[in-house]
Amino acid sequence: MSKNLNILTNGIIKENPVLVLLLGMCPTLGTTSSAINGFGMGIATTFVLICSNLVISLLKNFIPDKVRIPAFIIIIASFVTVVEMIMQAYMPPLYESLGLFIPLIVVNCIVLGRAEAFASKNTPLSSTLDGIGMGAGFTLALTVLGAIREFFGTGKIFDFTVYPEDYGLTTFVLAPGAFIVLGFLIVIVNKLKTTKN
Amino acid sequence: MEKLKSSFKNMLLSLALISIVVACLLAVVYKMTEEPIKQAEKQRKENAIKEVVPDFNNNPAEEKFEVEISDGSKLTVFPAKYDNKLVGIAVETNTLKGFSGEIRIMAGFDVDGTIKNYYVLKHAETPGLGAKMQKWFSDPSKPDQNVINRKWNNNINVKKDGGDIDAITAATITSRAFVDALNRAYEAYLKVIQNDSEKQESAK
Repeated sequence: MSKNLNILTNGIIKENPVLVLLLGMCPTLGTTSSAINGFGMGIATTFVLICSNLVISLLKNFIPDKVRIPAFIIIIASFVTVVEMIMQAYMPPLYESLGLFIPLIVVNCIVLGRAEAFASKNTPLSSTLDGIGMGAGFTLALTVLGAIREFFGTGKIFDFTVYPEDYGLTTFVLAPGAFIVLGFLIVIVNKLKTTKN
Repeated sequence: MEKLKSSFKNMLLSLALISIVVACLLAVVYKMTEEPIKQAEKQRKENAIKEVVPDFNNNPAEEKFEVEISDGSKLTVFPAKYDNKLVGIAVETNTLKGFSGEIRIMAGFDVDGTIKNYYVLKHAETPGLGAKMQKWFSDPSKPDQNVINRKWNNNINVKKDGGDIDAITAATITSRAFVDALNRAYEAYLKVIQNDSEKQESAK
Protein backbone atom coordinates (compact mmCIF):
# COMPACT_ATOMS: atom_id res chain seq x y z
CA MET A 1 0.00 0.00 0.00
CA SER A 2 2.72 2.45 0.97
CA LYS A 3 4.52 1.50 -2.23
CA ASN A 4 1.48 2.54 -4.28
CA LEU A 5 1.20 5.75 -2.32
CA ASN A 6 4.87 6.42 -3.03
CA ILE A 7 4.30 5.99 -6.76
CA LEU A 8 1.37 8.37 -6.58
CA THR A 9 3.14 11.18 -4.71
CA ASN A 10 6.44 10.64 -6.52
CA GLY A 11 5.27 12.60 -9.56
CA ILE A 12 3.72 15.43 -7.60
CA ILE A 13 6.74 16.54 -5.57
CA LYS A 14 9.91 14.47 -5.64
CA GLU A 15 9.95 13.88 -9.38
CA ASN A 16 7.66 16.65 -10.57
CA PRO A 17 7.87 16.36 -14.37
CA VAL A 18 8.14 20.11 -14.96
CA LEU A 19 10.02 21.46 -11.98
CA VAL A 20 12.40 18.57 -11.30
CA LEU A 21 12.64 16.38 -14.40
CA LEU A 22 12.28 19.39 -16.75
CA LEU A 23 10.25 17.39 -19.26
CA GLY A 24 7.61 18.73 -21.62
CA MET A 25 8.91 22.28 -21.71
CA CYS A 26 7.13 23.18 -24.95
CA PRO A 27 3.53 23.04 -23.64
CA THR A 28 4.73 24.30 -20.27
CA LEU A 29 6.05 27.54 -21.70
CA GLY A 30 3.53 27.87 -24.50
CA THR A 31 0.17 27.30 -22.84
CA THR A 32 0.55 28.93 -19.43
CA SER A 33 -0.43 32.47 -20.35
CA SER A 34 -3.29 32.16 -17.85
CA ALA A 35 -4.12 29.87 -14.95
CA ILE A 36 -7.11 28.32 -16.64
CA ASN A 37 -5.12 27.54 -19.81
CA GLY A 38 -2.39 25.86 -17.78
CA PHE A 39 -4.98 23.88 -15.86
CA GLY A 40 -6.76 22.77 -19.04
CA MET A 41 -3.53 21.65 -20.66
CA GLY A 42 -2.60 19.79 -17.48
CA ILE A 43 -5.92 17.95 -17.32
CA ALA A 44 -5.76 16.99 -21.01
CA THR A 45 -2.22 15.68 -20.62
CA THR A 46 -3.15 13.81 -17.44
CA PHE A 47 -5.97 12.04 -19.23
CA VAL A 48 -3.67 10.97 -22.05
CA LEU A 49 -0.98 9.95 -19.58
CA ILE A 50 -3.28 7.73 -17.51
CA CYS A 51 -4.83 6.04 -20.57
CA SER A 52 -1.53 5.47 -22.36
CA ASN A 53 0.21 4.21 -19.23
CA LEU A 54 -2.61 1.76 -18.54
CA VAL A 55 -2.84 0.46 -22.11
CA ILE A 56 0.91 0.19 -22.57
CA SER A 57 1.40 -1.71 -19.34
CA LEU A 58 -1.36 -4.11 -20.40
CA LEU A 59 0.22 -4.64 -23.81
CA LYS A 60 3.83 -4.65 -22.69
CA ASN A 61 4.36 -8.35 -23.44
CA PHE A 62 2.56 -8.14 -26.74
CA ILE A 63 4.84 -5.43 -28.12
CA PRO A 64 8.26 -6.68 -29.28
CA ASP A 65 11.15 -4.54 -28.06
CA LYS A 66 12.33 -3.38 -31.46
CA VAL A 67 9.00 -1.79 -32.42
CA ARG A 68 8.03 -0.46 -28.99
CA ILE A 69 8.54 3.24 -29.83
CA PRO A 70 6.25 3.26 -32.92
CA ALA A 71 3.69 1.19 -31.01
CA PHE A 72 3.76 3.66 -28.08
CA ILE A 73 3.43 6.62 -30.41
CA ILE A 74 0.40 5.11 -32.15
CA ILE A 75 -1.32 4.48 -28.83
CA ILE A 76 -0.51 7.94 -27.46
CA ALA A 77 -1.48 9.71 -30.69
CA SER A 78 -4.86 8.00 -30.81
CA PHE A 79 -5.67 9.04 -27.25
CA VAL A 80 -4.64 12.60 -28.05
CA THR A 81 -6.92 12.63 -31.08
CA VAL A 82 -9.79 11.33 -28.94
CA VAL A 83 -9.19 14.12 -26.40
CA GLU A 84 -9.06 16.70 -29.17
CA MET A 85 -12.35 15.61 -30.74
CA ILE A 86 -14.15 15.37 -27.40
CA MET A 87 -12.88 18.77 -26.33
CA GLN A 88 -13.93 20.32 -29.64
CA ALA A 89 -17.40 18.84 -29.28
CA TYR A 90 -18.16 19.47 -25.62
CA MET A 91 -15.77 22.21 -24.45
CA PRO A 92 -15.41 24.63 -27.40
CA PRO A 93 -14.06 27.62 -25.38
CA LEU A 94 -11.24 25.56 -23.91
CA TYR A 95 -10.53 24.03 -27.30
CA GLU A 96 -10.15 27.48 -28.79
CA SER A 97 -7.43 28.54 -26.39
CA LEU A 98 -5.58 25.21 -26.36
CA GLY A 99 -6.34 23.99 -29.87
CA LEU A 100 -2.84 24.44 -31.18
CA PHE A 101 -1.19 22.62 -28.30
CA ILE A 102 -3.39 19.54 -28.06
CA PRO A 103 -1.72 17.73 -30.99
CA LEU A 104 1.62 18.52 -29.34
CA ILE A 105 0.78 16.23 -26.42
CA VAL A 106 1.76 13.39 -28.78
CA VAL A 107 5.39 14.42 -28.69
CA ASN A 108 5.31 15.54 -25.07
CA CYS A 109 8.35 13.88 -23.48
CA ILE A 110 6.43 13.19 -20.28
CA VAL A 111 3.95 10.86 -21.94
CA LEU A 112 6.49 8.93 -24.00
CA GLY A 113 9.00 9.07 -21.14
CA ARG A 114 6.63 7.51 -18.62
CA ALA A 115 5.57 4.89 -21.17
CA GLU A 116 9.19 3.94 -21.78
CA ALA A 117 10.56 4.29 -18.26
CA PHE A 118 7.64 3.11 -16.15
CA ALA A 119 4.63 1.59 -17.88
CA SER A 120 6.58 -0.86 -20.04
CA LYS A 121 8.13 -2.41 -16.90
CA ASN A 122 5.37 -2.26 -14.28
CA THR A 123 1.91 -3.63 -13.54
CA PRO A 124 -1.23 -1.90 -14.85
CA LEU A 125 -2.18 -0.70 -11.35
CA SER A 126 1.10 1.00 -10.54
CA SER A 127 1.30 2.38 -14.10
CA THR A 128 -2.12 3.99 -13.70
CA LEU A 129 -1.10 5.44 -10.33
CA ASP A 130 2.10 6.73 -11.90
CA GLY A 131 0.01 8.36 -14.64
CA ILE A 132 -2.24 10.02 -12.08
CA GLY A 133 0.71 11.22 -10.00
CA MET A 134 2.74 12.54 -12.91
CA GLY A 135 -0.35 14.14 -14.43
CA ALA A 136 -1.22 15.81 -11.13
CA GLY A 137 2.33 17.12 -10.81
CA PHE A 138 2.24 18.45 -14.35
CA THR A 139 -1.18 20.08 -13.83
CA LEU A 140 -0.08 21.61 -10.54
CA ALA A 141 3.10 23.08 -12.01
CA LEU A 142 1.29 24.46 -15.06
CA THR A 143 -1.53 25.97 -13.01
CA VAL A 144 0.87 27.69 -10.61
CA LEU A 145 2.97 28.95 -13.50
CA GLY A 146 -0.12 30.19 -15.32
CA ALA A 147 -1.55 31.86 -12.22
CA ILE A 148 1.67 33.76 -11.52
CA ARG A 149 1.99 34.93 -15.11
CA GLU A 150 -1.66 35.92 -15.26
CA PHE A 151 -1.38 37.80 -11.96
CA PHE A 152 1.67 39.87 -12.93
CA GLY A 153 0.67 40.25 -16.56
CA THR A 154 -3.00 41.15 -16.39
CA GLY A 155 -3.84 41.56 -12.72
CA LYS A 156 -6.19 38.59 -12.67
CA ILE A 157 -6.19 35.10 -11.26
CA PHE A 158 -8.56 32.61 -12.90
CA ASP A 159 -10.15 35.61 -14.66
CA PHE A 160 -10.90 37.20 -11.28
CA THR A 161 -9.58 40.78 -11.28
CA VAL A 162 -7.19 41.59 -8.42
CA TYR A 163 -5.89 44.93 -9.68
CA PRO A 164 -6.55 46.95 -12.87
CA GLU A 165 -5.13 45.45 -16.04
CA ASP A 166 -3.39 48.71 -17.00
CA TYR A 167 -0.77 48.17 -14.28
CA GLY A 168 0.14 44.69 -15.52
CA LEU A 169 3.52 43.90 -17.02
CA THR A 170 2.74 42.48 -20.45
CA THR A 171 6.12 40.73 -20.49
CA PHE A 172 4.79 38.11 -18.12
CA VAL A 173 2.06 37.05 -20.51
CA LEU A 174 4.55 36.77 -23.38
CA ALA A 175 7.27 34.15 -23.87
CA PRO A 176 10.02 35.82 -21.78
CA GLY A 177 7.74 35.89 -18.75
CA ALA A 178 7.30 32.12 -19.03
CA PHE A 179 11.05 31.56 -18.85
CA ILE A 180 11.51 33.99 -15.97
CA VAL A 181 8.70 32.57 -13.83
CA LEU A 182 9.70 28.98 -14.59
CA GLY A 183 13.29 29.77 -13.59
CA PHE A 184 12.22 31.21 -10.26
CA LEU A 185 9.88 28.28 -9.57
CA ILE A 186 12.73 25.83 -10.18
CA VAL A 187 14.96 27.84 -7.84
CA ILE A 188 12.33 27.68 -5.10
CA VAL A 189 11.80 23.94 -5.54
CA ASN A 190 15.56 23.29 -5.48
CA LYS A 191 15.95 25.40 -2.38
CA LEU A 192 13.16 23.53 -0.61
CA LYS A 193 14.72 20.21 -1.56
CA THR A 194 18.20 21.07 -0.33
CA THR A 195 17.01 22.46 3.00
CA LYS A 196 15.01 19.28 3.55
CA ASN A 197 18.12 17.17 3.13
CA MET B 1 2.57 -14.44 -20.99
CA GLU B 2 6.16 -14.40 -22.21
CA LYS B 3 7.37 -11.29 -23.93
CA LEU B 4 7.19 -11.62 -27.71
CA LYS B 5 10.51 -11.99 -29.51
CA SER B 6 11.44 -9.25 -31.97
CA SER B 7 11.07 -11.48 -35.00
CA PHE B 8 9.82 -10.02 -38.29
CA LYS B 9 6.50 -11.85 -38.04
CA ASN B 10 5.86 -10.75 -34.46
CA MET B 11 6.70 -7.11 -35.13
CA LEU B 12 4.46 -7.00 -38.17
CA LEU B 13 1.57 -8.68 -36.38
CA SER B 14 1.76 -6.57 -33.26
CA LEU B 15 2.00 -3.23 -35.07
CA ALA B 16 -0.74 -4.17 -37.52
CA LEU B 17 -3.10 -5.30 -34.78
CA ILE B 18 -2.53 -2.20 -32.67
CA SER B 19 -3.09 0.02 -35.71
CA ILE B 20 -6.34 -1.72 -36.64
CA VAL B 21 -7.78 -1.52 -33.13
CA VAL B 22 -6.79 2.13 -32.80
CA ALA B 23 -8.27 2.99 -36.20
CA CYS B 24 -11.61 1.46 -35.18
CA LEU B 25 -11.60 3.38 -31.91
CA LEU B 26 -10.90 6.65 -33.70
CA ALA B 27 -13.66 6.01 -36.23
CA VAL B 28 -16.17 5.44 -33.44
CA VAL B 29 -15.19 8.60 -31.56
CA TYR B 30 -15.23 10.61 -34.78
CA LYS B 31 -18.78 9.48 -35.55
CA MET B 32 -19.81 10.22 -31.99
CA THR B 33 -18.46 13.76 -31.91
CA GLU B 34 -19.19 14.78 -35.50
CA GLU B 35 -22.67 16.11 -34.74
CA PRO B 36 -21.84 17.91 -31.44
CA ILE B 37 -18.86 19.64 -33.08
CA LYS B 38 -21.07 20.95 -35.88
CA GLN B 39 -23.69 22.02 -33.36
CA ALA B 40 -21.12 23.83 -31.21
CA GLU B 41 -19.83 25.79 -34.20
CA LYS B 42 -23.33 26.70 -35.36
CA GLN B 43 -24.28 27.74 -31.83
CA ARG B 44 -21.25 29.98 -31.61
CA LYS B 45 -22.09 31.73 -34.82
CA GLU B 46 -25.72 32.23 -33.83
CA ASN B 47 -24.69 33.64 -30.47
CA ALA B 48 -22.32 36.01 -32.22
CA ILE B 49 -25.11 37.24 -34.50
CA LYS B 50 -27.39 37.80 -31.51
CA GLU B 51 -24.66 39.85 -29.87
CA VAL B 52 -24.08 42.22 -32.75
CA VAL B 53 -27.44 43.21 -34.24
CA PRO B 54 -30.63 44.79 -32.83
CA ASP B 55 -33.51 42.53 -31.73
CA PHE B 56 -34.84 40.33 -34.47
CA ASN B 57 -37.42 37.56 -34.82
CA ASN B 58 -36.34 35.79 -37.97
CA ASN B 59 -33.56 33.24 -38.33
CA PRO B 60 -30.56 35.08 -39.83
CA ALA B 61 -28.48 31.92 -40.05
CA GLU B 62 -31.05 30.46 -42.44
CA GLU B 63 -31.37 33.57 -44.58
CA LYS B 64 -27.65 34.08 -45.00
CA PHE B 65 -26.21 34.92 -48.40
CA GLU B 66 -22.86 35.90 -49.86
CA VAL B 67 -21.79 39.32 -51.09
CA GLU B 68 -18.81 39.96 -53.29
CA ILE B 69 -16.75 43.01 -52.36
CA SER B 70 -14.31 45.03 -54.47
CA ASP B 71 -11.24 42.85 -53.91
CA GLY B 72 -13.11 39.83 -55.23
CA SER B 73 -13.57 37.96 -51.96
CA LYS B 74 -16.96 36.89 -50.69
CA LEU B 75 -18.32 37.69 -47.24
CA THR B 76 -21.28 35.96 -45.64
CA VAL B 77 -24.11 38.26 -44.63
CA PHE B 78 -26.79 37.47 -42.05
CA PRO B 79 -29.84 39.76 -42.35
CA ALA B 80 -31.69 40.39 -39.08
CA LYS B 81 -35.38 41.15 -39.58
CA TYR B 82 -38.14 42.10 -37.21
CA ASP B 83 -41.60 41.26 -38.61
CA ASN B 84 -40.02 41.00 -42.07
CA LYS B 85 -38.52 44.46 -41.88
CA LEU B 86 -34.74 44.70 -42.07
CA VAL B 87 -33.42 46.01 -38.72
CA GLY B 88 -29.76 45.12 -38.90
CA ILE B 89 -27.11 43.19 -40.75
CA ALA B 90 -24.40 40.94 -39.38
CA VAL B 91 -21.41 40.42 -41.65
CA GLU B 92 -18.91 37.65 -41.08
CA THR B 93 -15.76 39.41 -42.17
CA ASN B 94 -12.13 38.46 -42.17
CA THR B 95 -8.70 39.90 -42.81
CA LEU B 96 -5.28 38.48 -43.50
CA LYS B 97 -3.45 41.57 -42.29
CA GLY B 98 -3.23 40.40 -38.67
CA PHE B 99 -0.01 39.82 -36.79
CA SER B 100 -0.34 36.04 -36.99
CA GLY B 101 -2.86 34.41 -39.25
CA GLU B 102 -6.41 35.16 -40.18
CA ILE B 103 -8.75 37.21 -38.01
CA ARG B 104 -12.49 36.52 -38.33
CA ILE B 105 -14.98 38.98 -36.93
CA MET B 106 -18.76 39.09 -36.84
CA ALA B 107 -19.62 42.75 -37.34
CA GLY B 108 -23.13 44.08 -36.84
CA PHE B 109 -24.72 47.24 -38.32
CA ASP B 110 -28.15 48.70 -37.98
CA VAL B 111 -29.95 50.05 -41.06
CA ASP B 112 -28.63 53.62 -40.88
CA GLY B 113 -24.99 52.56 -40.88
CA THR B 114 -24.13 52.56 -37.19
CA ILE B 115 -21.80 49.87 -35.90
CA LYS B 116 -23.90 48.09 -33.32
CA ASN B 117 -21.35 45.62 -32.02
CA TYR B 118 -18.73 43.12 -33.10
CA TYR B 119 -17.54 39.74 -31.96
CA VAL B 120 -14.13 38.23 -32.65
CA LEU B 121 -14.75 34.69 -33.89
CA LYS B 122 -11.20 33.60 -34.50
CA HIS B 123 -7.74 35.05 -34.12
CA ALA B 124 -4.20 34.03 -33.20
CA GLU B 125 -2.86 37.41 -32.09
CA THR B 126 -0.36 37.81 -29.25
CA PRO B 127 -1.93 37.26 -25.81
CA GLY B 128 -1.85 40.45 -23.76
CA LEU B 129 -1.38 42.68 -26.81
CA GLY B 130 -3.36 42.09 -29.99
CA ALA B 131 -5.61 39.59 -28.26
CA LYS B 132 -7.19 42.49 -26.37
CA MET B 133 -9.16 43.59 -29.43
CA GLN B 134 -12.46 42.12 -28.26
CA LYS B 135 -12.50 44.49 -25.27
CA TRP B 136 -10.36 47.36 -26.53
CA PHE B 137 -12.62 48.57 -29.32
CA SER B 138 -15.83 48.18 -27.32
CA ASP B 139 -15.00 50.11 -24.16
CA PRO B 140 -17.71 52.78 -23.74
CA SER B 141 -15.63 54.69 -21.17
CA LYS B 142 -12.92 55.41 -23.77
CA PRO B 143 -14.59 57.12 -26.74
CA ASP B 144 -11.32 57.45 -28.67
CA GLN B 145 -10.95 53.72 -29.06
CA ASN B 146 -14.58 52.63 -28.92
CA VAL B 147 -16.25 51.75 -32.21
CA ILE B 148 -19.60 50.68 -30.78
CA ASN B 149 -22.49 52.96 -31.72
CA ARG B 150 -20.20 54.93 -33.99
CA LYS B 151 -21.92 56.22 -37.09
CA TRP B 152 -19.90 55.23 -40.14
CA ASN B 153 -18.02 58.30 -41.41
CA ASN B 154 -15.43 56.84 -43.81
CA ASN B 155 -12.79 57.53 -41.21
CA ILE B 156 -12.79 54.25 -39.32
CA ASN B 157 -9.05 53.90 -39.30
CA VAL B 158 -6.26 53.99 -36.74
CA LYS B 159 -4.92 57.44 -35.87
CA LYS B 160 -1.50 56.69 -37.35
CA ASP B 161 -3.16 56.25 -40.74
CA GLY B 162 -5.19 59.44 -40.45
CA GLY B 163 -8.28 57.88 -38.93
CA ASP B 164 -9.83 58.63 -35.58
CA ILE B 165 -9.52 55.41 -33.60
CA ASP B 166 -6.88 54.82 -30.97
CA ALA B 167 -4.88 51.70 -31.81
CA ILE B 168 -4.20 49.07 -29.14
CA THR B 169 -1.03 50.02 -27.28
CA ALA B 170 1.92 48.13 -28.81
CA ALA B 171 -0.36 46.31 -31.26
CA THR B 172 -0.78 48.67 -34.19
CA ILE B 173 -0.67 45.82 -36.70
CA THR B 174 -3.58 44.05 -35.03
CA SER B 175 -5.49 47.33 -34.81
CA ARG B 176 -4.95 47.98 -38.51
CA ALA B 177 -6.13 44.47 -39.30
CA PHE B 178 -9.19 45.01 -37.11
CA VAL B 179 -10.25 48.20 -38.89
CA ASP B 180 -9.50 46.54 -42.20
CA ALA B 181 -11.95 43.77 -41.33
CA LEU B 182 -14.52 46.37 -40.28
CA ASN B 183 -14.09 48.30 -43.52
CA ARG B 184 -14.58 45.14 -45.53
CA ALA B 185 -17.70 44.38 -43.54
CA TYR B 186 -19.01 47.88 -44.19
CA GLU B 187 -18.46 47.48 -47.91
CA ALA B 188 -20.60 44.36 -47.90
CA TYR B 189 -23.14 46.15 -45.72
CA LEU B 190 -23.43 49.05 -48.20
CA LYS B 191 -24.13 46.66 -51.06
CA VAL B 192 -26.86 44.90 -49.10
CA ILE B 193 -28.49 48.17 -48.04
CA GLN B 194 -28.45 49.51 -51.60
CA ASN B 195 -30.00 46.32 -52.94
CA ASP B 196 -32.62 46.43 -50.24
CA SER B 197 -33.66 50.04 -50.90
CA GLU B 198 -33.79 49.34 -54.64
CA LYS B 199 -36.07 46.42 -53.92
CA GLN B 200 -38.35 48.63 -51.84
CA GLU B 201 -38.38 51.29 -54.55
CA SER B 202 -39.49 48.80 -57.19
CA ALA B 203 -42.11 47.39 -54.85
CA LYS B 204 -43.77 50.79 -54.52
